[in-house]
Amino acid sequence: MFQAFFVDPFIMIYDTPLFFVEVLVSGLMAGVMYSLVALGFVIIFKASGVFNLAQGAMVLFAALTFVGLWEMGVNPWLSLILSALVMIGFAFSIERIVLRPLVNQDPIIFFMATLGITYFLDGFGQTIWGGEVRSLDIGIPNEPFMDLADMTGLYINKFDVFSAVVCSFLVVILAGFFTKTKIGRALRAVADDHQAALSVGIPLKTIWTIVWSVAGIVGLAAGILWGSKLGVQFALSLIAFKALPVLILGGFTSIPGAILGGLIIGSGEKIAEVYWGEAMGGAIEDWFAYVVALIFLLFRPQGLFGEKIIERV
Amino acid sequence: MIYREAGQFKTTYKSDQALLPIAQDRFFVMALIAFAYIVIPMVANDYWLNSIFLQFFIFSLAALGLNILTGYAGQLSLGTGGFMACGAFSAFKLATSFPDLHIVFVLFLAGLITAVVGMFFGIPSLRIKGFYLAVATLAAQFFLLWLFNRVPWFTNYSSSGVISPPPIKLFGDYYITGTEATNLTQYFFTLTLVIVLALAARNIIRGHIGRSWMAIRDMDIAAEIIGISPLKAKLSAFAVSSFYCGIAGALWAFLYTGGWRGFRYPKIILGAIHDYHWWFGFYPGLICWCGIYCGTADFSQFRSGVIRFGVIRFFGNAY
Repeated sequence: MFQAFFVDPFIMIYDTPLFFVEVLVSGLMAGVMYSLVALGFVIIFKASGVFNLAQGAMVLFAALTFVGLWEMGVNPWLSLILSALVMIGFAFSIERIVLRPLVNQDPIIFFMATLGITYFLDGFGQTIWGGEVRSLDIGIPNEPFMDLADMTGLYINKFDVFSAVVCSFLVVILAGFFTKTKIGRALRAVADDHQAALSVGIPLKTIWTIVWSVAGIVGLAAGILWGSKLGVQFALSLIAFKALPVLILGGFTSIPGAILGGLIIGSGEKIAEVYWGEAMGGAIEDWFAYVVALIFLLFRPQGLFGEKIIERV
Repeated sequence: MIYREAGQFKTTYKSDQALLPIAQDRFFVMALIAFAYIVIPMVANDYWLNSIFLQFFIFSLAALGLNILTGYAGQLSLGTGGFMACGAFSAFKLATSFPDLHIVFVLFLAGLITAVVGMFFGIPSLRIKGFYLAVATLAAQFFLLWLFNRVPWFTNYSSSGVISPPPIKLFGDYYITGTEATNLTQYFFTLTLVIVLALAARNIIRGHIGRSWMAIRDMDIAAEIIGISPLKAKLSAFAVSSFYCGIAGALWAFLYTGGWRGFRYPKIILGAIHDYHWWFGFYPGLICWCGIYCGTADFSQFRSGVIRFGVIRFFGNAY
């Protein structure tokens, strides 16, 4: 037992360092994908304090819309734009139907309402587009770079690199949007203090619509990437749960935190699965992230970059 | 409420402290119970008894547990499904290891075991609260399901990982589990259990423990200052809540599915969470809401989503 936990994994790492790097890289790439989902959470939580459980459903719905439109024969770029528009329209209706009547309620009521949105979206998406698993091929091969493999013996997947690039691109755009534009400044003002923002004339309702739209578009990106990896299916809406430990690690309100948290969770669970999974009975990927988050919470409840306003008991 | 308590004067301490002090509430609950015992068994067919009412009672129990933890003690939890699985598996181990043990004791002991597990996973609540706690309890959910899936001892080394409860007699020739059990026996058994446990919960809430939970929920610092120990209050809330969830899980595996493939998706638990927002705990109301939940379970997800969403949307302010 002792040996299986504390000796063998390290021997394995020492013996085949290249394999360790491969595991690490594939974990980091998976982490990037978690970050994408977590980003959606953070954007909404930051600007409205709403813990949006429907993010996973939004990912699924966006991906379903994209695939559905594409299969109907629409040009992929056009269907990308159309699904982004659908997500924006969705944000408008959410703001109008769900959020506006509930202004000034407890956070828990908002939480419940997003739960209702989750149910609705899951059913609605599958009613319109059907419930079967669809494969999505966006033309990025799911194979390693052969040149690199020949030169160094390192197998790194092209698709993983592509998704990392897309993700960093999105983060740069979002960071620019949040820090450089007028709307971004308004968003940060709302995040700091609702009432103060309202009193200097920032329209809360517009802000909410914007953040939900942005979260929807980030969800679309996450949905397309996850969908081409796993197929567009119901399980996509469950990856939202994996984003929760990422949020805990990174802090609920920090965009860099979501990215870093995703990387830590992604690489951590891959390494744990490959090297310690055997000793513990396998498939520890399912809960490893949550236990890491749990332990992390006990020492640093606000996360790596979160604001220190969390109430500790 | 569509009625008021005006004109109902309480002249004795006994009537003042009654379980349901308002006459309308009392009559409504009595009528509901009578309806459940007399009318439903006469008119309902097997489909309704098994697929709607049984599921409805089991979810009511789970929702009662969640209501205690989140509604009364204010500790947000997403671990209900894990606790239900814990109850199911401990009941299975008990029933197969001690075949002569009566089903009531099996359920009770399974509840106790789950209570201990729940207390363990409630420890983070001493440091954190709110959504952070929700994620911490989600760890319980995934870890417990993984544990039951991976350790063959829990399923008595069944190769498929599925547990199937042994046939157990309630009394005489009446089986409560297995193929010989009739839907009617199961219906009456779970109905009685729900009523007894709901009464118990109501009384716990009215008493010293329940008041300390509510104090912690409303303002934890003030509660601590007036001498309520957060440790005791929070862990007891986790224990009692898990007790209820454990029994619900055991019933789910033993009576409803007749086997356990597990709550594989946290979704179902989310459904149960949905049910606790009858915030101030008018239990018949909570239970009716579970009825709505299970009644719509056969609808398409889309329609039940609309209904649930509608309830929150229009009654969200009222709770």
